[in-house]
Amino acid sequence: MPLDKNGIAKRIAKEVKDGSYVNLGIGIPTLVANFLPEGVNVVLQSENGLLGMGPFPFEGEEDPDLINAGKQTITTVPGSAFFDSAMSFGMIRAGKVDLTILGAMEVSENGDIANWKIPGKMVKGMGGAMDLVASAKNIIVAMQHVNKAGESKLLPECTLPLTGIRCVKKIVTELAVLDVLPEGGFRLLERAPGVSVDEIRKATAGKLIIEGDIPEMQITN
Amino acid sequence: MNKVVANAQEAIKGIENGMTLLVGGFGLCGIPENSIHALVKSGVKNLTCISNNAGVDDFGLGLLLNNHQVKKMVSSYVGENAEFERQMLSGELEVELIPQGTLATRCLAAGYGMPAVFTPAGVGTEVAIGKEVRNFNGKDYLMEYAFDAPFAIVKAWKGDTDGNLIYRETARNFNPLMAMAGKITIAEVEELVPAGSLDPDHIHTPGIYIHRIFQGEKYEKRIEQRTVRKK
Repeated sequence: MPLDKNGIAKRIAKEVKDGSYVNLGIGIPTLVANFLPEGVNVVLQSENGLLGMGPFPFEGEEDPDLINAGKQTITTVPGSAFFDSAMSFGMIRAGKVDLTILGAMEVSENGDIANWKIPGKMVKGMGGAMDLVASAKNIIVAMQHVNKAGESKLLPECTLPLTGIRCVKKIVTELAVLDVLPEGGFRLLERAPGVSVDEIRKATAGKLIIEGDIPEMQITN
Repeated sequence: MNKVVANAQEAIKGIENGMTLLVGGFGLCGIPENSIHALVKSGVKNLTCISNNAGVDDFGLGLLLNNHQVKKMVSSYVGENAEFERQMLSGELEVELIPQGTLATRCLAAGYGMPAVFTPAGVGTEVAIGKEVRNFNGKDYLMEYAFDAPFAIVKAWKGDTDGNLIYRETARNFNPLMAMAGKITIAEVEELVPAGSLDPDHIHTPGIYIHRIFQGEKYEKRIEQRTVRKK
């Protein structure tokens, strides 16, 4: 059965290393924080100017001066620090943030990503995404394998305006875990429980590389 | 040295039709509410506003948009604002979308007296169109110019009569950067105190960057996305 949003977040949580600085995008990536394995302690960076983002505040304790990049009210954890937007993107650009997890509308087989604009229909803006994908050491994309119209989002080439080029390293969808090879192509690493390689092949428009037996994802907690 | 002005109306004097303004804040967090209200009242038109976001339909810079006082927005993210999206898609409003870090760094460059900076954000995308690309150590970077704006309007938590500012939590965001980047910078604060009463070690923006300062009459501090957990 394909994973739900929490399932995708749970699987991505397994990729997060103890002691790392992590930036989580809006949507499924935000959920990853809820599923970090025991013993994995990370510092969450919010690009509006915070290291050490904590959970949502208790009811009645919301502080309008304390929000995340999705403009949600949040809290801080002990050891947190505030800074301005230039320093925030300075640490991103300088490669101090270890892992970026973000959503996407399309990813191409050479690692290009599109997630900020559908010409003539929807323009939200790139926010910090272009800065993050241009500089992050490791980028994991969390997204649905196909769009609402049933079309694959893993493509030979992106059709939408790009956010960044040759930057995505790994993709986790409701169907599969794949990595993007430096020479091009999506290499299938894991299948969602009960999902066949054939289903994944049908849902992938870009070059899919399948080597040997593809194991099922192990998702606990 | 007298930087203190009586109110927002006084502070925005000299902002004229067609001018470019840097406006601090992230979403509705740390925005200069009182100055925005004064700009709405003043009726000044054809403004170019450089600000990370455009407020919401009925608050923040959204108020200026609804009043058709803005000709152009330079922002990184404009979701969550229906009127903005409508004006943009219909062509009424000119919009330049730029990466958030680029926006921040172009302010920083202005405040640091540097004409341009190089950043990898947007390389290979439509943001790069028409921009000089330089390769350093095997990686491509775009040349981005420092902003040049006659006025910046920022909001701080505390300020003193010499213009020294302290921000609070994530309401800091773009405010210190825009404060540095304006030719004339207006600061509105929640609490204005006499010079000498803030600890110099705690100042985020030194008063040299601030030209006019006042204590805002009222702060609504609206929350855009109220997210909570149960006790």
